[in-house]
Formats: sequence, C-alpha cells, structure tokens
Amino acid sequence: MAIEERINNIEDLKKLRELFQKELFKEDTPRVRVCCGTACTASGSYKVIDAFTNESAKRGVDLEIVKTGCQGLCQKGPVMKAEPQEIFYQKIKPENVHWLMSYTILGGMPYRQGIYRDNILSEPVPLMTDVPFYKKQMRIALRNNGRIDPHSIHHYIAVGGYAALEKALSSMTPDEVLREVDRANIRGRGGAGFPAGKKWEHCKKAPGKIKFVIANGDEGDPGAFMDRSIMEGDPHSLLEGMILCAYAIGAKYGFIYVRHEYPLAVKNLKIAIKQAEELGILGKNILGTDCNFTIDIREGAGAFVCGESTALVASIEGQRGFPKPRPPRLSEPGGGPWGYPSNLNNIETYACVPVIIEKGADYFLSIGTPGSPGTKVFALTGKVKNTGLVEVPMGITLREIIFDIGGGIIGDKEFKAVQTGGPSGGCIPAKYLDLPVDFDSLTSVGSMMGSGGMVVMDEDNCMVDVAKFFLSFCQSESCGKCPPCRMGTYQMLEILERITSGKGEDGDIENLLKIGKLVLKGSLCGLGQSAPNPVLSTMKYFMEEYEEHIYDKYCRANVCSGMGVFVINQLECFRCGLCKKACAFDAVKEARDRYFIERDYCTKCKACYYACPINAVKIRKQRHIKLEEEFRIPSESVEIIERRAKMTLKDVLESKPLEIVTTTKDCSVREAINIMSERNVGSILVIDENNKLVGIFTERDAVRCLAKNISFEKEAIQNVMSPNPITFNSSTEISAAIAVMSRKKIRHLPVMEGDKIAGMISYRDLVSYLLPEICYMAEDIY
Amino acid sequence: MEIKVNEVIGYTGEVLTERQKKTGILIHALQKIQEEYNYLPEDVLKKLSEKLAVPLSDIYSTASFYKQFYFTPRGKNIIKVCMGTACHVRGSAKVLRSLEEEFDMKEGETTPDLSMTLETVGCIGCCGLAPVATINENIVGEMDENKVNDIIEIIKTGKDSE
Repeated sequence: MAIEERINNIEDLKKLRELFQKELFKEDTPRVRVCCGTACTASGSYKVIDAFTNESAKRGVDLEIVKTGCQGLCQKGPVMKAEPQEIFYQKIKPENVHWLMSYTILGGMPYRQGIYRDNILSEPVPLMTDVPFYKKQMRIALRNNGRIDPHSIHHYIAVGGYAALEKALSSMTPDEVLREVDRANIRGRGGAGFPAGKKWEHCKKAPGKIKFVIANGDEGDPGAFMDRSIMEGDPHSLLEGMILCAYAIGAKYGFIYVRHEYPLAVKNLKIAIKQAEELGILGKNILGTDCNFTIDIREGAGAFVCGESTALVASIEGQRGFPKPRPPRLSEPGGGPWGYPSNLNNIETYACVPVIIEKGADYFLSIGTPGSPGTKVFALTGKVKNTGLVEVPMGITLREIIFDIGGGIIGDKEFKAVQTGGPSGGCIPAKYLDLPVDFDSLTSVGSMMGSGGMVVMDEDNCMVDVAKFFLSFCQSESCGKCPPCRMGTYQMLEILERITSGKGEDGDIENLLKIGKLVLKGSLCGLGQSAPNPVLSTMKYFMEEYEEHIYDKYCRANVCSGMGVFVINQLECFRCGLCKKACAFDAVKEARDRYFIERDYCTKCKACYYACPINAVKIRKQRHIKLEEEFRIPSESVEIIERRAKMTLKDVLESKPLEIVTTTKDCSVREAINIMSERNVGSILVIDENNKLVGIFTERDAVRCLAKNISFEKEAIQNVMSPNPITFNSSTEISAAIAVMSRKKIRHLPVMEGDKIAGMISYRDLVSYLLPEICYMAEDIY
Repeated sequence: MEIKVNEVIGYTGEVLTERQKKTGILIHALQKIQEEYNYLPEDVLKKLSEKLAVPLSDIYSTASFYKQFYFTPRGKNIIKVCMGTACHVRGSAKVLRSLEEEFDMKEGETTPDLSMTLETVGCIGCCGLAPVATINENIVGEMDENKVNDIIEIIKTGKDSE
C-alpha cells in the first residue's frame, strides 16, 4: 500500500478507505480466513497457514491468507473460512490443505471432510451462515473478529473502521456523541450493567482539565474470554471506542489495563496503537482536528481484585491492588488514578460504541430488550458440544444459547445448571432454561450477567463442589483488606471443604447461610460483596444436594470423594482386575469368580472408580438400615450378631475340643494316613525335631500321591507335604480367616500363638461355628 | 538494568510529578526484572529501590501482592495447569493430580534440580479447549492422559517443547 503517511484531515481518511475497499478483499481473489485466536493457535492454525503458503506456492495460486482473530467456535479449531464460496471449515489439519486447495480454492466445491456437521449421521453444513453455532448469533462487538487481520489497520479501515470517528469529528459535537451513547442506553458489559452514558456524563461534569479514559481488560473471571478476543482479534475497535469516549468527555489520556496472562493481547494492542499513531488517528491533533488523545498500556500482574475499579486504579499507580471505599467514585475528583477523574468501561463496552455512533442509537435500541439493548458476548464453555464465543441479542433464552448454538450437552447427558457471571454470579437450574437473558432477568433469579462467562454443567457436576470451587477462587483472590471478605470466605470454604469430604455436620447449612449474608453485607468491594453468591444461589436451587452430602454422605454426581458406598456391579463387570490393581488399600478382593469391595478397608478414594474401563464400579447412597426395624430382629440378637462378627479364631478354638494331630517329617506317608484315619481328621501337621511347624499334609496331598503313583511305604512325608503352610495368629478375626481361606482355596488352617501351635481350624469349623446365627437370622428375615 | 522512567510511563507522564512517575512504573520494572532473572532477587530489588527512590518495603508490599512475582528461583520449564471454571468442570483436578503424583510435588513447588515448576492459574482464557495447561508459553488444550504423558516426557528428557 502506498499511503503510509499521516492523515491530516478527515477527507483523507475517507479517500484512504475507498482505496482500501477497492484494493483489499477483492471479490474474485481466492481467500482463506484462518482463525489465529489463542485456542485455534493451540490446536495448530499456524501449521495450517504454513501448509497453505507452501501449497499455493507449489501450485502457483495467488491465494490470500488472512490471519484473523477468534472466530468463536474454539472447540472445533482450527477453523477457517474459504472465500468467495463462504465455506466454513473446522478441525483443519495441515494434511487436509492439499485437498482443500484442489476442491475449494481451485474447484470451487466444498471439501466434505472438513465441513461442520452436528454428528456423524447428520448432513454436513457447508455455509458459515447455516452452521447452527453461527445461525442465531448477531455480531456487534465481535463484528470484525474473523474478518480482518488484527495486525493491519488497513484491514480495519477497509471494513469500515474509524468511520464512526470520522462521523463524530466531522459532524458531531462532544455533547452529541455523549447524548447518542446515553440514548442508546448501552449498559456496562463488565458485569454490573451500569449505563455507560450516565458514567460518561458524570465524568464529563467533573471539575478539572485532566481526565482519563480507562479500558478494563483485566478479565479475571475464570471462564470468560471475550475481552481477550476483542483485544487480540480487533484491537482497533477498542481504540476507536476509547477515542470516541475521550472526545465526548474531553479526556486527553487513556489507559488499557490488560492482565499479564494475555501476552498476545498486549502485543496486538501495542501494534495497533503504533499504527494508529502513525496514521494520525491517535495522538495530537487527531485527523487534523484539535482533539488530542493518547493511550498507554498497563499490564496487570495477576490479581483478580484488580478488575475492581478502585483496585485497578491503585494498580495503575503502582501500588498494591487494594480497593478503596467509594465515594469518591472514579468519575469524581480524587477517584481516578492520581486523583484525576476518570471514566472506566469494559473492553466490550468500548467496542460497541463505534457501532452506536455510526449507525445511531436507534439501531442499537432496536436490538435486544428495552431494559438491556444491544447484544452480549458470552463465553459458552463447560459441558456443551460447541464451546466458544457467541454474541447474541439480549433477550434470547438460555435454551437457545445452550441447545441451539451450543449444540446441547456433551454425550447427550442431562442438563443440570448453567453458571453465569463468573465467581460473582450464580447457578441457574434447568427450570429457568426459557428465561430471556438480560441484565435484569439474570439478577432476578439470583445470578448476574457478569462479564458473560457461561459455564454449562451436566449431571456429572456436583453443585456443592462447584460452589466450593468458586469460593476457593474468591478466597484465594481476596486481597485481605477487609475482614468480612478475608475471614468470611475462609470460614465458608472450610465448611464446604468439610461437607465435600464427607465430614459435614448438622448446622453447616445454617452457618453457611449466616456467614454468607455477613460477607455480602460487610465487604468493601464488589469481589467480597459477591463472593458468597455461588454458594447462596446453589443453596437456593440445589439444597437437596447439600443435604445429601451432609446427612447421607453421598454425592449424586460422584465428584466428591469420601462419599457413598462402593460396589462392583457384577452384571457389568468383566473381571479385568484393574480395580484390584488400582486399590492402594487392598479393599478390592478377588473371590473365585468375581471381584468385590470390602467396605471395612475401603477409604472411598475412588481409585477403583476411575480405574474401571466400563464404569462397573458404582457409588451408591449409604443405606442406614436398622436391623431391629427392617427385619424385626430382637435387639438382643442384634447384639449377638455384632459380637460374633468381631470374634477371633481363639473363640472358635475354645468352642471345640482341642485336638492337634502332628507327625515328624521322616515318617512314611502310610503312617501319616493311618494316624489321620484313626483320629478322624482331614489333615496332619508335620513338625521337625524342635517341635517347629514345617508343613501340612492334607487329604488333597494324599490324593496327589495316589495320582503320581508315589509309594506310600517308602516315601517320607516331608517330600510330599505342603511346606510352610499359611498360619494365622489366634487373635485374627474370623472374617479375615474366611476371606483368606476362600481366596487361597485352603480348608485347613493351623492357628499359632507365637511359635506354639494353638490348634487347627477347618473350613467346616468356621461354618458350623457361624451356622446357628445365620440360621437364626434367616428364620427371622423370612 | 536500564529503566527509562519517562518512556515506560508513556504519555501520561506529562501530567505527573517525578515521584508519581517513579511509583507508577514499579510494576513494569518488577516485570522486567522477573523476565530477566525468572524471579525477583533481593539485591536487584535493593538496587531498584535506590534507583527509583521508592522504599524497599513499598516495593515488597507491591511485589508480594501480585501473583505474578516470585521471590524464589523457578524451574526451567514452567507448567501451569488452568483451574478456571470450564477446566474445572471438565476435570483439570485430575490433570494436576497426575502431574503432582508423577513428580512427587505439590502445585506451586519447584523440583530440586530446577527443571520444572508446577503452578496453577485462575484462567488463561482458552476455555473452549478445556482442560488446558501451558508449558512455558505454549498452550496445550484438551488435556488427556496422553498429553499429560507428553508433558512428562518433555520435562524428563529435558528437551524444549516445540
């Protein structure tokens, strides 16, 4: 492009635009617009671009590649649009590029493999405007995202950029600009929804010549990234909005406060500012008029609270980001940085301003609802199929956003709740799915618009856990200045942590509510005042989950550990044994033909639950069965059962005549069998000269001798016995002995007391010892 | 280290006093130091304090407030596991746990040989690809077992991530 010099009057900008419109984005040139937003870059869009460059050079095609900002559909990245056919492609890999060239760029036909489709059975949707994700969207703040290269001011001007500035400077007074914004009733997109026009007016009326325009790009809300995508993908629209604001309120200096987690945004903004300055759109005598405005970038350093206006000011001044009590408000003397009155708005708010000025307030008012005109960008994330940025007119229902644009829940599971407004917002349950979304309606159901994060949750999300998550975020981000927030959130978090780890107590719910209300009322800044919101709103709609956690020790979403009863569903289990391997506490036992979880050993760590490849490990609600009530067993016999369950092998030994049959290791097999038959026992213990146990000879060993044709007369018993038998101490519980005997498939168990043999116990002993009780129970049950 | 106060403070400097300018660039100066040393060494902070004529206690007050600043050396590779809402509901805790177990460390710690620092971050704004982790400057989306193993491999073999 030839024109690189400063523009000195408004007419020149018009001419420049006409020139760019003619020369850039020509209709007949093949063009791909590849998304280079953060998410798509992470999925490899630069590799795709490289492939396009190589491929077009190889084939000698004059292909125009536009590296755009975020196009919205992050989940299916890298996404791109091929023009002039307007075909939308998703999940493009470098190896697809060859075919894309052949089919679309050269052949003008869609390349089926890269086209969006809802699922594998549905018809592919080639045109971008037909893709369900884009169909219901209406793009104002994101109007240029996906269309232009953010590094090029020429692109921005070519698509109509700085036309609003042109209009304002040439035909509107500052008051008229302000009135237009005020009439459009655009409400602050940062969260609280305060009308921007009122804010501007307030700042304009403040005494003093020096005023600041601040753009708040400290987008700390987890789950929101619309500001990032505007700063990265369309920085000039932010600059234009800020210049218009500066013109309206008479400010000379501006700041953009960006959080340090967004390095690409900082880079793109710096490029944009430099380009605008070079072109004379920013700086002294903008476009040859007497309007002066400069913008500096301030990087945050990782503090969520700095999104709060007074804390942000402190951070700009280079201090700890502590909020201050208001008033003075930012727009009043003493409120802004270094005491100068300032106007602070969200990035998205500024990005909407050029449209209002260019197309008029009436256009803006015609979109959305009367109370909240315009559109809002939402970061649709969580358990939806199509995650990404969506911009929709206000008043659209949650159902339309989640199910039509978002494509429904992953895996077609049940929708449980949607969390809006980040850590300050709340969870909205399924019954409000048809709620029209705007600032006021969200507040009325206990949530808020916030910066527009929208996290969808399904049946696998535990609401108590979600509340804990947000609270722990607020707790760790609390700046510590005022005690209600610092200590209140800490206490609430402690209670929630107890509840989610299965140690909830009666009274926890009441305490949470009480502390929550205190924090809400007593905190200094917005962070503290809204910190209990997630807890209070989940309590409002999902109280039964809290109760389940506390009283039944059960988490229906199977998220919290230390809850419920673990069982293996035998019908589903295909006995791979992974659960047994995963268990660090040896609670998964293997029986002859199945695995089961022994509750006494189970610590409910969920290792087996995660290990099972087919989800055969189930977590059930603990049943509190009272034997007396359920089976009408008299309380005395319950006592006996309980006592019996704790009996040891010693008790069994004492219940039967003491009989230890032993033999020395050099006696012949025949002799041993004779002794066994005389004493009528199934096994004989073999001892050495020091009376120490060295082996056991059982009926099964005798059978083995027969099979192997071993001579009963000649062979010594020590050669055919089972050496080093499993023994048990007499204090072992009966249940443990049974478990080992069944697992090791043995029927005779020597019981030791120290080195001394205390007796023999057979499987039959155990059965007959327990039998009366079992019979008794069975009789009572049936 | 060279800090040009007027350049850093930008256009706003025109209306500020010298003192305001010097405090105003404090965060930027700290970021520069951290960029160079990977953390904030005490002696460098002392020099900064002399240079800007800002009390060391004030510098410490600011630096200790922000999460970005560290007072102890950090590892060569820095892994940040995103703990944002979207990542949380899609199972970032599991990713963190497996990394913690693999290297036998807790989040926020550095391995003794300074090969790696494991951290968590509130949200990196890449929620569409949840769960997300960053290794140095690179973002890895849709973390699963394989990708966790890739990261472990990169750290253990010591080669830089692509």
